[in-house]
Amino acid sequence: MGDMTDLQAREDKLQGMGTSLLRKEDAKFIRGQGSYVDDIKLPGMLFGAVVRSPYAHARIKGIDKSKALACPGVVAVLTADDLKPVNLHWMPTIGGDVQAVLADKKVCFQMQEVAMVLATDRYAAADGAALVEVDYEELPAIVDPKKAMAPDAPIIREDIAEKTEVGHGPRTHPNHIFTWEAGDKAGTDAVFANAAVTVREEILNPRVHPCPLETCGCVASFDKVTGQLTVYLTSQAPHLVRTVVAMLSGIPESKIRVIGGDIGGGFGNKVPVYPGYVVAIVASIATGVPIKWIESRIDNISTTGFARDYHGIGELAADKDGRIKALRFTALADHGAFNSHVSATKFPAGLFSICTGSYDIPKAYCRVDAVYTNKAPGGVAYRCSLRVTEAVYLIERMIDVLAQKLGIDKAEIRRRNFVKVEQFPYTTSLGWTLDSGNYHAALDKVLKAVDYDGLRREQAEKRAKGELMGIGICTFTEIVGAGPNKVCDILGIALFDSCDIRVNPTGSAIARLGTMSQGQGHATTYAQIIATELGLSSDEIQIEEGDTDKAPYGAGTWGSRSTPVGGAAAAKAARKIRAKAQKIAAHLLEVGEGDLEWEVDRFKVKGNPSQAKTMKEIAMAAHTSNIPDGMEKGLDATEYYDPPNMTFPFGAYVCVVDIDRFTGETKVRRFYALDDCGTRINPMIIEGQIHGGLTEAFAVAMGQAVPFDENGNHLGNSLMDYFLPTAVETPHWETDFTVTPSPHHPIGAKGVAESPHVGGIPCFTNAVVDAFAHLGVMHMDMPHTAFRVWQQCKKLGISER
Amino acid sequence: MATQHPVAFKLNGKGVEVVVEPRELLIHTLREKLAHTGPHIGCETSHCGACTVDLDGMSVKACTVLTVQCGGSDMITIEGMEQGGVLHALQQAFHEEHGLQCGYCTPGMITRAYRLLKENPNPSEAEIRYGIAGNLCRCTGYQNIVKAVQSAAKKLAATPA
Repeated sequence: MGDMTDLQAREDKLQGMGTSLLRKEDAKFIRGQGSYVDDIKLPGMLFGAVVRSPYAHARIKGIDKSKALACPGVVAVLTADDLKPVNLHWMPTIGGDVQAVLADKKVCFQMQEVAMVLATDRYAAADGAALVEVDYEELPAIVDPKKAMAPDAPIIREDIAEKTEVGHGPRTHPNHIFTWEAGDKAGTDAVFANAAVTVREEILNPRVHPCPLETCGCVASFDKVTGQLTVYLTSQAPHLVRTVVAMLSGIPESKIRVIGGDIGGGFGNKVPVYPGYVVAIVASIATGVPIKWIESRIDNISTTGFARDYHGIGELAADKDGRIKALRFTALADHGAFNSHVSATKFPAGLFSICTGSYDIPKAYCRVDAVYTNKAPGGVAYRCSLRVTEAVYLIERMIDVLAQKLGIDKAEIRRRNFVKVEQFPYTTSLGWTLDSGNYHAALDKVLKAVDYDGLRREQAEKRAKGELMGIGICTFTEIVGAGPNKVCDILGIALFDSCDIRVNPTGSAIARLGTMSQGQGHATTYAQIIATELGLSSDEIQIEEGDTDKAPYGAGTWGSRSTPVGGAAAAKAARKIRAKAQKIAAHLLEVGEGDLEWEVDRFKVKGNPSQAKTMKEIAMAAHTSNIPDGMEKGLDATEYYDPPNMTFPFGAYVCVVDIDRFTGETKVRRFYALDDCGTRINPMIIEGQIHGGLTEAFAVAMGQAVPFDENGNHLGNSLMDYFLPTAVETPHWETDFTVTPSPHHPIGAKGVAESPHVGGIPCFTNAVVDAFAHLGVMHMDMPHTAFRVWQQCKKLGISER
Repeated sequence: MATQHPVAFKLNGKGVEVVVEPRELLIHTLREKLAHTGPHIGCETSHCGACTVDLDGMSVKACTVLTVQCGGSDMITIEGMEQGGVLHALQQAFHEEHGLQCGYCTPGMITRAYRLLKENPNPSEAEIRYGIAGNLCRCTGYQNIVKAVQSAAKKLAATPA
């Protein structure tokens, strides 16, 4: 007892925090036995196909269902007029607006939902959808957000034209949604007026789409006898969906069961409530049979949950040594035709005010103007904690612009501006308190690993020969774990998360959480947290999420909030159990609670380690009468965790690219990513998340965009056009880490999955721009496709031999 | 309703027979008539590879094959990889190398890698990357998938056929 090898053996047996435990969820997936929404098949189920608008902006003069209804297999055709009697033709959005469930008199974006055809199978439904005749009168469309607030701009949303606000302060134009600002405008302006140097760039985060491999969909099943509604759906936030469905339908929330099942990737695409879900639910209520609705890929890219479309202007004021004195960032946000993006109610522009990044900037001001356009709604998605990607992109680009203007090395300028390790916790000039960080150490480790000085020497030699080589640096600070309940809510519901743990008599346990895995490996990592906290083997800890009848309420998995919030709930619930276990152990060992100390998997008597009770023994005792007088039986606990602060993971990345000036092709030679996500629960899973996030960053920076023509027609909404990198294009990733625990999180963990996306995108752009820096190029907008990079070469007169 | 055609083929070693419309795609027949939901639908345009099955010794995308084209064929899906309760080396390697996250691409990816290793039992990293380029994954960044295929190739090479 107590010797080191024994302790180590007991520790190893737990397979708890810090071990690269292989994933529990793999067994079903490697056999093709996952249960995704399109795998659900219920007796009598009908299939729904959506009729979509070919126009971006048009009045609906009439809908003729007759041919569709005559089509074999077609059971019904639903339009806005059919949903009106139950008042479900419009629905409230998470963004404080309303959205047409099925177009009501007009359509406001191409591919908008106009009708749903219900049929006996998906082929008949598609036949029927093709036969619904809609008479449209086309209207002029607004595609460019910069034209949305022109005095003569067509009014997109006639339904709210007279409204002076849509949830977020006064509107100045019928196509204006909100203006949001933070910081000290006058103070910032004063610094700019007197600064030694200022820089300004227009920087676009183009409209992209997260494009998870599984599209969105649901199966709604209403039981007319019991009044019970069961909805299987691909949701990252099943509990929030249940609440929204209850509010919309009037069905008591206790009679609604939302089941997440297995989800084929989410990346923020699967947080909102989409019209397809609502129509399927209404249709099931009306028909009494289950209704399945599954998006096609084109539907998915065209209509659900896009990301970005932020048209930014970045400005920095600095002294001649590159010390930043003030920051002024503004953005014009294209939210599409309805404000349905996901954000905390009090943060209409999300967490954009994290835009001071990793730097000690004394004065700052930022403003976001959001407008309607004739494009699909959304904006907040894609491995992005509510606009943090746009914010980090701006600051990480602008610090490079400043470095170039002053002729200071891009690593050195970061060192001069970093928040120093002794300044944490550090409150930014825009009001966020960064919990912990060690930025200098992270950057130095990376620069050494890649031989930064050697790379710069090589770059100088190549430039002398007329070759293009770029070195990109990004030293980002993320903001995740929404969020502190005082300030963070959606539809009035605070963004806590929850864990309910029940320990069985034989020492195994089941834990249920309000989060929802989409590939992040929650069944494994949560079990590891609980294993370490409870001293029970993670093998015997079962994790369940996503079934609202079973799991406690929570806001789900998005914005890297599972570890910061759900993981904290798991640790705290486990600690409640351990506190009760200590009382039982004291009773069993006939000592005072204070005489006991915890060791891996047991309580032992201080100074007498042979006297001990393992958690397994205590679990059995908790179910017998041999417990302290007056104590309740059982060994359960539930925690609803309200995070005291956000967490602030950070990292230092370096990317090296070689660009062919004759073709514009960019080859990523090296990408080195150091991430600090605080305490590391499962290093294997962390590394996997980083590989995936970097690959999505590569996709965004190098090839993705959802383009439109001037009439609002999509110019690329299938995988024929929309870039998803294959194994061939995807670079090899090198990963590294430092560990700076969060001081306010129960286990010091910060969350990780978004960081590589958020930090990766500016790193790629910084590398591409750096390749042209000696030619006077300050900025290039994404995506850096060969054609666009070649255009830059051509402009510089270097594209011909 | 269009004419219905009986089609018989071998699925994971067992004879099956279905009656389908001429336009019915193999992926729908497998998933909806034959309860093989391992192959998934990700794009319906032959780009993503989530629906990959092995048809007469070739990797094909079941979203762009008509079921009526499959009469008399010999088909293997992810459901046929495990033999006698023993996982295929690829299935084991995907688990051990963390070659999957959400699991949606995994059945197609493993089925493709199965044929790749038959065609080239000792592929280089570049050959693996090229060989699985018809199968998209949004979660893993492919690095651990490549490792898994390499690891499985080694194991299969060490096992007498």
